[in-house]
Amino acid sequence: MAWLSIRNLWLCFGEQVVLERIDLDVEAGSFCTIVGASGCGKSSFLRILLGELTPTRGRVLLDGRPLPAEPGPDRGVVFQRYSVFPHLTAEENVAVGLELARARWLGRCFGRRRRALLAEARRWLEEVGLGAAARRYPAQLSGGMQQRLAIAQALAVAPRLLLLDEPFGALDPGVRADMHALVGGLWRRLGMTVFMVTHDIQEAFALGTRVLVFDKVRLDPQAPGAYGATITYDLPLDRRRTPAETEQVAARCRRTEAFLGGAG
Amino acid sequence: MPRLINRRPARAAATGLAVLPFLLAAVVYLTASQWRLAANPDDKLLPSPAAMVEAVGRLAFEPDRRSGGYVFWRDTAASLGRLLSGVGWAALIGLVFGVAVGLLPYLRAALTPFIAVLSMIPPLAVLPILFIVLGLGETAKIALIAIGIAPFLIRDLALQVEALPAEQLIKAQTLGANTAQIVCRVVLPQALPRLIDAVRLALGSAWLFLIAAEAIAATEGLGYRIFLVRLYLAMDVILPYVAWITVLAYAMDWALRLAKDRLFPWARAT
Repeated sequence: MAWLSIRNLWLCFGEQVVLERIDLDVEAGSFCTIVGASGCGKSSFLRILLGELTPTRGRVLLDGRPLPAEPGPDRGVVFQRYSVFPHLTAEENVAVGLELARARWLGRCFGRRRRALLAEARRWLEEVGLGAAARRYPAQLSGGMQQRLAIAQALAVAPRLLLLDEPFGALDPGVRADMHALVGGLWRRLGMTVFMVTHDIQEAFALGTRVLVFDKVRLDPQAPGAYGATITYDLPLDRRRTPAETEQVAARCRRTEAFLGGAG
Repeated sequence: MPRLINRRPARAAATGLAVLPFLLAAVVYLTASQWRLAANPDDKLLPSPAAMVEAVGRLAFEPDRRSGGYVFWRDTAASLGRLLSGVGWAALIGLVFGVAVGLLPYLRAALTPFIAVLSMIPPLAVLPILFIVLGLGETAKIALIAIGIAPFLIRDLALQVEALPAEQLIKAQTLGANTAQIVCRVVLPQALPRLIDAVRLALGSAWLFLIAAEAIAATEGLGYRIFLVRLYLAMDVILPYVAWITVLAYAMDWALRLAKDRLFPWARAT
């Protein structure tokens, strides 16, 4: 069985069907990017993996076990905004995850132990290019720096699955390219599994080993909520591909873009 | 000609403008006082500054003939002690219940309507009950202040905690935090500066309840003194006492604001 296995997953809010008939097998170490029109349920899908939403029907198995019904340290997350704690400095934001694992009640370590964790946090900050900003508060960081911090914070507790919900949606194009290099490099080196929701199809193809397109296949104009979205395209990309395959992928990319009608 | 909303005073002009209303009030008082005293030197309604200084000097720097203490300072100490205990208890209750109600859905469901109803009880209407149950001592007065402002603090803090972005709580869970750890590391540190702001807003009410309680049953205190000397129309004591209460209240507000900026520098940036 695959590392992450989803069988006949449905998500409904009352009468409204958001997701339907989703079947998916993902191997450990994949980088799945999720694209689709606004409001097609791709973020809801991510929140199911996160444990924030419970699927109405179907089952999700992670490593052979049902997915816990609440968020936990095995699944890290970076949101578009509000991913870091405003009252902690950059190094404290990264260290807090390490402290939580060691201080059962207060979630805070003191003295030498705390200094050691802060040093470890600073190594993570170096890793994402924030070494010089260790003592600054998030409000004193730019949007791109805040997302770097959020990534360092998530990775410091070594999640097996990293969930990214449009993490670069609010960033300038130049900054976004830097973030792609950062995330791609970290993913290759650390070998975790990544799910990333994005609006940007270029981004999806640039980063993913697999692109999942979410869309509604059935639509009842009288009842827009009657049918949900499912995975309409599942495109595996070989990161080490030949020029001919690259052209094939690019053609697929153009087709997908045409199919989405510029919604992304 | 720029629009009125786009015209801004320079720094010096702004200071001058801020001082102006105080000056005006002083001038109006002094003129009226002089005018009345010229007509009747025994007038008690608008005493001259000299009379007020003399009256307060007597209370502050001459020992009382009966008790041997300095009345002005004993009043101040008694009132501040009551106020700080009352506000302290209210802040503690507000923090504990505000965080609990704001964070835990079960407690929110159980307590939100109850607290909303409780907060509508006029605290002064409860004062007789407090005097009956707790006696006429300090406890009843402190309880009145605490009961008076705690519901506001609870509700304000609960709203602030609920307004924390859901992303933060989820993020904390993905970092492995349990509920106690989320309270200690995520919610409490962010609730404290907001508690200080809420206490600043509630200080005015706290003074109101203090003076009311002292007016009814006390043997010392700023409010007690004002209501006592009212019997002799001693405006030369009442007016300085009111000014002193205002100064104390303003100083507390200022100290709380300073404490917030010093203790929670991140709260200023956001």
